[in-house]
Amino acid sequence: MKMTKIVRTTADVFYPFCLVFGLYVVIHGHLTPGGGFQGGAVMATGAALLIVAHAYTDVTRRIRKTALKILEAIGLMMFLFAGLSGILFERPFMGNWMALTGKLFGTPVAHGPNPGDLNTAGLLPLLNLGVGIEVLGGLTIILLYMLSGIKEEKQP
Amino acid sequence: MTTELLLKLPYFTVVVLTLLGLAAMIFKRNLIKILMGLSLMESAVNLFLVATGYRTGGVAPIFTNAPSPHMTLPTVQALTLTSIVIGVATSAMMLSFAMVIYKKYGTVDADKVKKLKG
Amino acid sequence: MMDTFVMRHLPALLIAVPLFAAFLMPLVGSLGPKVRSAWVFLGALATAAVGLALAGKVLATGTVLYVFGAAIPQQTLPPDAAFPIRIMFQVDALSALMVVIASLSSLGIAIYSLAAESKQSGLETFYAMLFLLIAGVLGMVATGDLFNFFVFLEISSLAGAALVAYRVDDGVAVEAGLKYALLSTVGALAVLTAIGILFAQYNALNLASLANRLQFTALDQVALVLLVVPLAMKCGAVPMHFWTPDTYATAPSSVTAFLVVSSQASLYGLFRILFTLYGHLVQFSWATFGWFLIVLGVLSMFVGVTMAIPQKDVKRLMAYHAVSQTGYMLLGVGVGLAVLGDADALAQYGKTAMAGGLFHVINHAMYKGLLFLTAGAVFYRAGTRNLNKLGGLGHDMPWTMVFFMIGALAIAGVPPFNGFASKLLIYESVFRFSPFLSIVAMLVSILTLASFVKVFHAMFLGPRRAEFAAVREVPAPMLAGMALLAVFVVVAGLAPQPFVDHLIVPAVDAVIDRAGYVAAILGGR
Repeated sequence: MKMTKIVRTTADVFYPFCLVFGLYVVIHGHLTPGGGFQGGAVMATGAALLIVAHAYTDVTRRIRKTALKILEAIGLMMFLFAGLSGILFERPFMGNWMALTGKLFGTPVAHGPNPGDLNTAGLLPLLNLGVGIEVLGGLTIILLYMLSGIKEEKQP
Repeated sequence: MTTELLLKLPYFTVVVLTLLGLAAMIFKRNLIKILMGLSLMESAVNLFLVATGYRTGGVAPIFTNAPSPHMTLPTVQALTLTSIVIGVATSAMMLSFAMVIYKKYGTVDADKVKKLKG
Repeated sequence: MMDTFVMRHLPALLIAVPLFAAFLMPLVGSLGPKVRSAWVFLGALATAAVGLALAGKVLATGTVLYVFGAAIPQQTLPPDAAFPIRIMFQVDALSALMVVIASLSSLGIAIYSLAAESKQSGLETFYAMLFLLIAGVLGMVATGDLFNFFVFLEISSLAGAALVAYRVDDGVAVEAGLKYALLSTVGALAVLTAIGILFAQYNALNLASLANRLQFTALDQVALVLLVVPLAMKCGAVPMHFWTPDTYATAPSSVTAFLVVSSQASLYGLFRILFTLYGHLVQFSWATFGWFLIVLGVLSMFVGVTMAIPQKDVKRLMAYHAVSQTGYMLLGVGVGLAVLGDADALAQYGKTAMAGGLFHVINHAMYKGLLFLTAGAVFYRAGTRNLNKLGGLGHDMPWTMVFFMIGALAIAGVPPFNGFASKLLIYESVFRFSPFLSIVAMLVSILTLASFVKVFHAMFLGPRRAEFAAVREVPAPMLAGMALLAVFVVVAGLAPQPFVDHLIVPAVDAVIDRAGYVAAILGGR
């Protein structure tokens, strides 16, 4: 059973906005509410929108499970290596060696309430990004596998 | 007296939600409804965690454009977030188990899903 | 140079190495079965090496502290405050004992799984979950932060449930996995509520910091119950043991062997909470909680062994015996807890009882793991776990029979295997505390021996059966995994004194020495 053309087109139009909003929540995790998991869940909701609007075969032609598994692994590796990079720079695991150094993500943070600067907080945006990518891959794979377990309804 | 009671309102909600979730888990026979009860209980515990962080007159603990420096506790919110993520993973896994059980047993009635005995 | 670089960050590597192996498993595994097996073997070897190196470092130099995210790994207190705010790993002698158990067991079962699971599909996910389970157990025993303990507890529960349901076949294992996941989640919710109560009162999540600030208010008593009951359920103590037979019987055998270690990690959590967190309070009556552990222990011993005797499924029988042996550990440590306030009795038999209980933890992990692996080997070749249908396998599976004999004699407490060493310590110290308990323990031991004689006769003795004519010995990796555990069983039985002196006695001292645990974090800078 196919959804009507209006539904499918609206879903296709909304899907990039969901992705962009999810990425916004991920990247600004150290300034506004949100972060890795929340942004990743929003992005996966965009994928869920596509799954609801289109048939299973159409969705899997665009979003392949292997690509999502690779995304998941990339996100996890980014997180783990960000943690291990602390060891290389003479700090414990997950030590924030990038904060307050003036280079990438290194601007010092003003004390107390402030308008918020994206270039701060050192390791945290990288960890957020890793988790966001991983959650997008992971939750979408969960949705696709659960969907594949449902039998197609017969045409009336 | 009423403001005191109103401040305790989240804790009353926690107790009500826990009892509802527990009732669903004990008295319902459909596996999906049992898992819904579990999800209710998880929400109750998350609400409890966030409610313990409240400070009277505090604002949300976000430094970006904060109206005042008196904030509620952010640590419990981090604990709650971790708990929500764990809850998502647990629910996904248990719902997948329920789907596989439906495929193999033909039913999701908890009284009939009892091949293990002893 | 490289040696000290790795040695300085050992606690972080303890978690990072199995997680790395788990995360890359789906990608590496898709390159082919040989690459996947090599990755699994390397990952297990690296994890075991890091675990044993960390344990060695702790036993040689004292408690190892590792603060995640600070300027230097030992900086427990931040520069401008007087209480610890970061997550830290605090590996003392008791944690070192559990790390040794987990490392040895994980190496054995990883090698065993390489052959035992080779006929199944979806193996990348299996090994990824296995490494997550190993990382979860290692994190549970090494951490010094209560919420971090909860997170690792959930990781190991979820990975364990997924592994239990791995062999879908006709859905029985999935049912067991669902029940295990349901019970674990409800228990973990109770633990989380307790953590919330403690944090709301004292504003601290660090174990040492909480132990310092704890007063025994009514809310703290509620938190104690909410912490102790789920952890006792997770380690399979009666009357909350009902998940144990279903889960242990339907899981793949290597997973069952590691689930035993996972339930012992929950036992470790129980001891940590009772001794370190709540142990020093004046209103806290040692005798009450000691007797609580003793009653749990005696019930587990007795119910476990009586329900094991009529079982037909060999793995269900072994699962009930696992419940029974957990009773021994609870009994030993319970006697120690009951006399903790009485310095004279403590020196005379309390410490020996606790040493017996803790030595039984590592012995049980080794011989119970060995027994489950032999049951898995029999299932791999004969295709059934039903004792009524098995028989005469000793002709064609000599090595499996030898390993089973070693495990069965060890669990029954027959010298010269390691079960005898730890049970002797428990018998002689519990006898001085209460002769009745010691007699119950010996009775349960005799019933255990009877039960395993029956199993041995049913599985391996007798004439060859027609339907098992094609049965041969199991492949080499399975034998190697069983041999690793069997070597420990034999060596620890022939020469238990070095193990007791260097591994167990420091663990007993670490459990009793609450002030030292607290001072390691709060006193140092």
